Amino acid sequence: MTDTAVESRREARSAGPAPPLRPQNRQFAVLAVLVLLAIPLPLILPSAQGAVAVRILIFLIMAVGWNIMSGFGGMFSFGHAAYFGLGAYTSAYLLVEHGVSPWVGMAAGMVVAAAVAMVIGYFSFRYDLKGAYFALATFAFAEMLRLVTTSSDAVNGAVGYQVPLIQGSSVWQMQFPAGSPAYFWIALVLAGGAVALSILFRHSPAGRYVVAIRDDELAAASVGAPVMRHKLLTVALSGAITAVAGAFYTQYYLFIDPQLAFGSSVSIEAIVTAVIGGIGTIWGPVVGAVIVGSLADVTATLLATPPEFLSFLQGRSGLDVILYAVMLILIVRLMPKGIFGTLADKFSERRRR
Amino acid sequence: MTATIDTDAPETRAPSATLAVLKRAGVVGALVAAAIAVALIQSGSGIVVWQSVVTGLLTGGLYGLIAMGLTLIFGVLDIVNFAHGALLAVAMFLSFGVVQATGLHPYLTMLVTVPALFLVGVLVHRGLLSGSGGATLENQLLITLGLSLLLENGLLLFFGAEPKNVGLPGETHLDVFGAVVAGSRLYAFAGAVALGLVLYWMLQHTRLGTAIRAVASNGPGAELVGINVRRIHTLTFAIGAACAGAAAALAVPLLSVTPTLGEQFNITAFVVVVLGGMGNVVGALVGGLLIGLVEQLTTIYLDGQSSLLGVFVVFVLVLFLRPQGLFGRRT
Amino acid sequence: MSLLELSGVDKKFRGLHALSDVEMSVSEGEIVGVIGPNGAGKTTLFNVICGALKPDSGSVRFAGTDVTGRKPETIARRGMVRTFQLMRPFASMTVAENVSLAAQHHTRGAERLRDRAMEVVERVGLEEWAHRPATELPTAGLKRLELARALAARPRVLLLDEVLAGLLPAEREPVLDLLAELREQDGTTLVFIEHIMAAVMRLSDRVLVLDQGAVLATGTPDEVTADPRVIDAYLGEEPTPHADA
Ligand SMILES: Nc1ncnc2c1ncn2[C@@H]1O[C@H](COP(=O)(O)OP(=O)(O)OP(=O)(O)O)[C@@H](O)[C@H]1O
Ligand SMILES: [Mg+2]
Repeated sequence: MTDTAVESRREARSAGPAPPLRPQNRQFAVLAVLVLLAIPLPLILPSAQGAVAVRILIFLIMAVGWNIMSGFGGMFSFGHAAYFGLGAYTSAYLLVEHGVSPWVGMAAGMVVAAAVAMVIGYFSFRYDLKGAYFALATFAFAEMLRLVTTSSDAVNGAVGYQVPLIQGSSVWQMQFPAGSPAYFWIALVLAGGAVALSILFRHSPAGRYVVAIRDDELAAASVGAPVMRHKLLTVALSGAITAVAGAFYTQYYLFIDPQLAFGSSVSIEAIVTAVIGGIGTIWGPVVGAVIVGSLADVTATLLATPPEFLSFLQGRSGLDVILYAVMLILIVRLMPKGIFGTLADKFSERRRR
Repeated sequence: MTATIDTDAPETRAPSATLAVLKRAGVVGALVAAAIAVALIQSGSGIVVWQSVVTGLLTGGLYGLIAMGLTLIFGVLDIVNFAHGALLAVAMFLSFGVVQATGLHPYLTMLVTVPALFLVGVLVHRGLLSGSGGATLENQLLITLGLSLLLENGLLLFFGAEPKNVGLPGETHLDVFGAVVAGSRLYAFAGAVALGLVLYWMLQHTRLGTAIRAVASNGPGAELVGINVRRIHTLTFAIGAACAGAAAALAVPLLSVTPTLGEQFNITAFVVVVLGGMGNVVGALVGGLLIGLVEQLTTIYLDGQSSLLGVFVVFVLVLFLRPQGLFGRRT
Repeated sequence: MSLLELSGVDKKFRGLHALSDVEMSVSEGEIVGVIGPNGAGKTTLFNVICGALKPDSGSVRFAGTDVTGRKPETIARRGMVRTFQLMRPFASMTVAENVSLAAQHHTRGAERLRDRAMEVVERVGLEEWAHRPATELPTAGLKRLELARALAARPRVLLLDEVLAGLLPAEREPVLDLLAELREQDGTTLVFIEHIMAAVMRLSDRVLVLDQGAVLATGTPDEVTADPRVIDAYLGEEPTPHADA
């Protein structure tokens, strides 16, 4: 390459601005602002909306977990209920049977979920399950856990666990009077932590390997990306984060059973949230959680006092799921990168011009 | 260069000959015999095991029937149709509605459910799955997942969750060498086998069947010899959906009709499809019978466990050890 | 002692004998051209060397250790890096990100990684594409990206699979210069598959001819092009490899 050749081509086509060296810094700043803005919410919102806000945060944690494995890692999981349920059951079991603090239970649940994710992952990768087969295998494992818990007396079978109520409130026991803003703040810390972790991971050397392996496994391996190790790391992290959602869910709703913990609707909620927001992006799960998490409430209000033409639907259930199913189909068909992903693309395209 | 095969891709396995398939069928048969023997020892009662085997096989026929549509769609279009169970539920409601409205014999509702589901299949494929937006595997999974949520909750919204039942006029119970069998079960089984044969015959001996097989084995090649691949895809998807319609009419006297009934059948159908080899219609029927047996034997082996647990154990083993199915070959 | 050594390498696909009893030896600093008709097994040879495929039998030794059947990432990290004939960019990344990913295993820290990547990007002449999505590159650009990515991994042995194919004659020159420079400046050993004979003649110290999976001839470029069996193979006639053996 002679200098003049390079020069002339530089003129012919603009290279575009170099991206920031550490894009994560900006993302952390955005996250900090979002968290700060959210802090006063439970004090402002009426209590019913406060509950919706907490649910949004639970969905957010689940979607972040799913997105790490299936978005960044491209390993399409249909069984994240397994990790949610393991988080829920581990913490509930330790609390009810052994009086262990839910915080410790949460940590234990993360470890258990990560370990199970790695075992499932190891066999799936070892036997080279891809695409639909991988999705079906993850689904099968979640269902097996549901069936086994349902029929195991050691974890109360189909009855599940009720969190024992305490007097007053206690941070260590993660229990507060109903409607207390503390639940929201704890969920906010957990969800903020989950998003922060996903930012950190995405821009770490390991996270970049994971994305490269998703894009092209052989090409990544051929420039030295350790494939198996990074896939296992991804599923472990994803499982651990999802377990946090499960453990918190149990404390917040004070109840867990096999269907709530391991049912396929849990897996579906994680998927739909991430996909609607934008699969494989940092902020997609946030956008998706706000939409999917509040949809049930919006439709419930709508159906409680339906407008004239919808009066026949009064008191019926299912409309929220119908709405998010329609949204899911439309988004996959029309904007496969999800709401956030599509907007981000539009924006960066405009900036390049 | 771009048109050539990607020779950078990892290798593929050698094909197995017919002999190997026969050998494997022998192994499977031996495994089944052994499983039944163990069940005999465990329960100590010949009649209990015999009843289980008969019930298992009869239920399995139904599973096979439902799975046939699914496996056809997968084999030809490479689509994992998560909405198959929901389509079955829609067909059940349709059958129930027709019986309610006209008093038609449940089996005759097939005259309505099969064409209706065929049409639904055409619409779903043309409207949602074909074209660029439905291209990748993940997108297809998501679209059919969305469709299944849509259909199930649509049924829930309009018909509510209360189970609905359709009785078979003149229902009898038969004695099969000591095992008691409801007539409706036996008829459903016979219907399943008959439909399986019709489907097989259609694939092997009609022009349409030949075209479908050509598209399944080599899409671009079929295009070159003048087959309209998109049309075949739509037809195949519609035939797959119509299978669910037929299965619904056969099964409606056996089951409580609820919006979510498809879920449970969906799971089993996937297991059956993988077991029989994705795309293998006869494999689906055999796989269905096996899964029916596994379910029944599980309840003998593992007292108090759900019959589905055994199904999933088999499923995971097959996925890991023989993802091409018991009778399929790796492609 | 040779840096890369294959002995008795055999590979079958179903009935097809893609590689049969291949012997090959490359010394440090050498440039070896690999030629052969389409479907001769050249790419398969690279796949076996780099761990993408396991040979049915035979061994691959690199820098004194047996690497037969090791994982591709292990082999790449030891210093044997290949490019792909059908280009395989990381589709979600920019050109610079593609390249910096390959440098990740030996370079830590965002600044140093970026600098290393940009160095390589400039070296192959892709700087004006650096921050664009790799998928926007035209064929010639993708070929260079393949080269850049492999270079960024710091190869001791660089295996190039038709990096000149699809380039205009004018675009080939700088690549050829770069390859020559790699040996002179960096001391990299090169094995390159190429159909363009002028390039093979100009660059190679030695040429290995593959035909139907077997080594038909090895020698200097002049020796090989004068070999009647090679001429036969290239004229597409049924070769009779054992006629004069
Ligand atoms: N993964 C595979 N599965 C089955 N057959 C394969 C595979 N890879 C290569 N082959 C076959 O092996 C033979 C050698 O292929 P290879 O790609 O090594 O040839 P090549 O010399 O690189 O050809 P070209 O000059 O066209 O790149 C071809 O007949 C090819 O079809
Ligand atoms: Mg080649």
